[in-house]
Amino acid sequence: MTASLRIINGRVYDPANGIDGEIKELCIKDAKIVDSVDDDASVINAHGMVIMPGGIDIHCHIAGPKVNMARKLQPEDKRHDPHPATPFTRSGTGGSVPSTFATGYRYATLGYTTAFDAAVPPLAARHVLEEFHDTPVIDKGYYVVLGNNVFMHQLIKEGRKEELKHAIAWWLNASKGYTPKIVNPGGDEPWKGKKNSNVHDIDEKDTVFEISPRDIIDAFIDVANELGLPHPPHLHCNNLGHSGNFETTIETMKTAGDRRLHIAHIQFHSYAGKLGENPLSAGREIVEYVNAHPNISTDVGQVMFGKSTVMTADAPSAYLTRGYTHSKWINADTENESGCGIAPYTYQEHVYTNALQWAIGLEIFLLSKDPWRIVFSTDSPNGASFTSYPKLVKLLMDKSYRDEEISRVNQRAMNKSILREIDREYSLYEIAIITRAGPARCLGLKNKGHLGIGADADITIYDDQEDKELMFNAPRYVIKSGHAVIADFEFTTDYYGKTLHIQPEFDQSIEDSIRPFFDDYYSVRFDNYAVTDYYLHDHEYIPTKQDAL
Amino acid sequence: MTDNIKIVENATCTFCGCVCDDMDLHVDVEEKKIVKAKNACVLGRAWFAEHTIEDAPAAMIDGKEVSIEEAIEEAAQTLVKAKFPITYGLSDTTCEAQRQAVAISDFVKGTIDTTTSVCHGPSGLAFQGVGESTSTLGEVKNRADLVIYWGGNPAESHPRHFGRYAVTPKGMFTPGGKKDRTVVLVDVRKTKSSPVADILVRPKPGKDFEVLWALRALVKGKTLSNDIEKDTGVPLDVLKDLVERMKNCRFGVLFFGMGLTMTRGRHFNSGALLALANDLNEFTHFVAKPVRGHGNVTGADNVVSWQTGYPFGVNFSRGYPRFNPGEFTTVDTLSNGHADAALIIASDPASNFPKKAIDHLKRIPIIVLDTKSTETTKDAHVAFRTATYGINTTGTVYRMDDVAITLRPAFESPFPDDETILTGIRKRVHELMLAKHKAHGASGEAKVASPSKD
Repeated sequence: MTASLRIINGRVYDPANGIDGEIKELCIKDAKIVDSVDDDASVINAHGMVIMPGGIDIHCHIAGPKVNMARKLQPEDKRHDPHPATPFTRSGTGGSVPSTFATGYRYATLGYTTAFDAAVPPLAARHVLEEFHDTPVIDKGYYVVLGNNVFMHQLIKEGRKEELKHAIAWWLNASKGYTPKIVNPGGDEPWKGKKNSNVHDIDEKDTVFEISPRDIIDAFIDVANELGLPHPPHLHCNNLGHSGNFETTIETMKTAGDRRLHIAHIQFHSYAGKLGENPLSAGREIVEYVNAHPNISTDVGQVMFGKSTVMTADAPSAYLTRGYTHSKWINADTENESGCGIAPYTYQEHVYTNALQWAIGLEIFLLSKDPWRIVFSTDSPNGASFTSYPKLVKLLMDKSYRDEEISRVNQRAMNKSILREIDREYSLYEIAIITRAGPARCLGLKNKGHLGIGADADITIYDDQEDKELMFNAPRYVIKSGHAVIADFEFTTDYYGKTLHIQPEFDQSIEDSIRPFFDDYYSVRFDNYAVTDYYLHDHEYIPTKQDAL
Repeated sequence: MTDNIKIVENATCTFCGCVCDDMDLHVDVEEKKIVKAKNACVLGRAWFAEHTIEDAPAAMIDGKEVSIEEAIEEAAQTLVKAKFPITYGLSDTTCEAQRQAVAISDFVKGTIDTTTSVCHGPSGLAFQGVGESTSTLGEVKNRADLVIYWGGNPAESHPRHFGRYAVTPKGMFTPGGKKDRTVVLVDVRKTKSSPVADILVRPKPGKDFEVLWALRALVKGKTLSNDIEKDTGVPLDVLKDLVERMKNCRFGVLFFGMGLTMTRGRHFNSGALLALANDLNEFTHFVAKPVRGHGNVTGADNVVSWQTGYPFGVNFSRGYPRFNPGEFTTVDTLSNGHADAALIIASDPASNFPKKAIDHLKRIPIIVLDTKSTETTKDAHVAFRTATYGINTTGTVYRMDDVAITLRPAFESPFPDDETILTGIRKRVHELMLAKHKAHGASGEAKVASPSKD
């Protein structure tokens, strides 16, 4: 059912093509935007409505072993939030970590049509793809946790740069990933091997591989550039959550020089103050650095009040959370590849640190000079579930609402923040950038995040409402790959999106080095490790620059 | 034996939760049997040798041979008609089949449960209360210098657990293999596993919880009296020594079996053990792992969890998943007389459930998928004979540590696989349910405005 479709009379926000609220007709055929369709095409009259490309989540956690453990861990988070079936759609459960079907449908009901899981160890890739096959509507991809891969640390230690490039490319292929993810570089070895310790200084060399976090970051940026990856290394910096960590973050960004680098959930890395004491805001310092360095992109990782679930490959930081909650906690090591920690957490308005975290995220959004590079995220479900996005949009677009909220939270924290003094309100055009066009550009997705000819027909149509939270909570139409999946606020059909991945080239002989490592140190056979195309189902491979040449 | 021998390398054994993926299978293609399974343990060898192709109908209704299509239709009609249909089993089939089974339960608003509810179900409940510090088995091989088995006998139940993953293998930081590890076995009796242990601890039967709680107290620095030996059968000095070893090791692991989860205390026992492992992370790196039995019971937990949010014992009668072990677990839905139709997949409850549950099972229509004839298939209303996963079919299974592995089939079966049959039932059930909805006004058509005429 990819019949052609014409959308008329709607106000179009398409920043990638410079269109700012013009009344414009859109034509759709065969899942793409085209310049015209036949007269017998179906018509949606979008009079009084706002049209945007489908939303793109650049950083979330929606599938795989850690997500599934977080589901199993928290029946109390689900009981109160059922997701009923309809004749066409499957049932599920919500909470901060929804079941797979609920995840896809709930993204769709916010007008989102693409999402990237931010941390998948290669050994977990098969599981993630199985879940993706049960995650409806949205297109999906994931970043592969390679930054603490033991084999790669050996190559970095021995200065084998060419082999590192081929190894990274091999692993991206073997795991069907989108880009390398680096999480708390250098932190897994002390955590697993030295009694749950951690690395704190970006130049501190570990005792096993004698390399520092900076060595790792530097090596990965070089490889990503050489491979011409569509999205640069996606980096979760050291010292997440620690007071005073902004200095580490700035040092990390300096490591990149003028090379491309994406800093994940930067709010969690923008704290001033002294280690062990309450944090202070370094939102301004961080955003000024990013504003001045066009090679850096970042997503904010906004905190929103309420129930969340901390889940991260940064096991020490989840353990830190457990120290506050004294509640249930998961640690899950993946051999040679990653650590993982999970802890249920609730951000509370009256708690100084939580309120300050909330304010720092908003400071970063509101002091940003380039919405194309400082994009929207809550690191769902870490800072908040993705279902809180409409409320965050309202906070950014509506100063008076923001002031009301500021008055409701811990005032000691507000006194330490410049948030009250910032009058900026985002426009719909800017919202379309930070939730659509910006993430698409950061990700190198040429067919997404815009509504030009040839773009994927992933489109959201909202009723134009004064209350932006209401507006962004319930699009009237959501069109995915040309299918009107939601019409008049209701699901009309079930639809399954595709997996987005890359296939950088590598020298096959790298397998001669990797295979013996598997025989010695893995618990699965080398020949059973790489994920076959069988798991991809519908998929699209996004070209690297090398391919384009 | 014919000369036509095919070798399948790196095949996977799905007999137990070890899911060893290093089998070299020698297959007699004409005779359709596996004549040699290199690297397999005694259980694996039997598993591969015994799965030959029997001459039997692929589908039967009330004991009479029918076409597969007829059987699918009857199965779908039976499930749609039922008011409280239950689905059970699933731990010896692929994730692909499990996904279809959950879909069927969702569509017919039934109840889905897996063999987890009668094995490590208590560990699942304990997990929800405590969490779990855990790891993949390769990290145990590379790093563990203290390995504790509690309430299990891997030498007989998981014969390669010692050799492939946890005791003797040489890893990155354990180059000496067993020499670099201390192995502790906690069990109420001596077993074939006992010789592997450097330290044997034998609590009185039914006193596991007390021993675990005493260890937690000692880890936290509390003082215990010598009476603990009277209560538990374990001397205080032995406990103190164990605690020192646990706190001072570099990477410790607690493996636990059904000797812990299915004895007095059940989920309290599992919870105490998981809490002990969590507590120890204040001092060093410590992980715990249930030693799971069936080849893909871990996959069943995962699939049911990602589709519904809950691991087992899930009911859809309100149109969304609800979780309540004790109410929606199969022994209970049968014993209470609630279930009025049963879809049983790769399991034989009629031979191993409590009598009251079996009595009720025999009163209701059963739809069963199995690779062989069982007590349950004998009583089936609709019976499908299916191909064996990992021997005749590919698909995905999850090892006990949540690592997903793709199966490499050895030879073709004349019988369809579970996924094919369940997909057929799922499609038909959905059609029948949609027809019911249409009768109430839902169309299923996309709501897009009709073509503009101007």
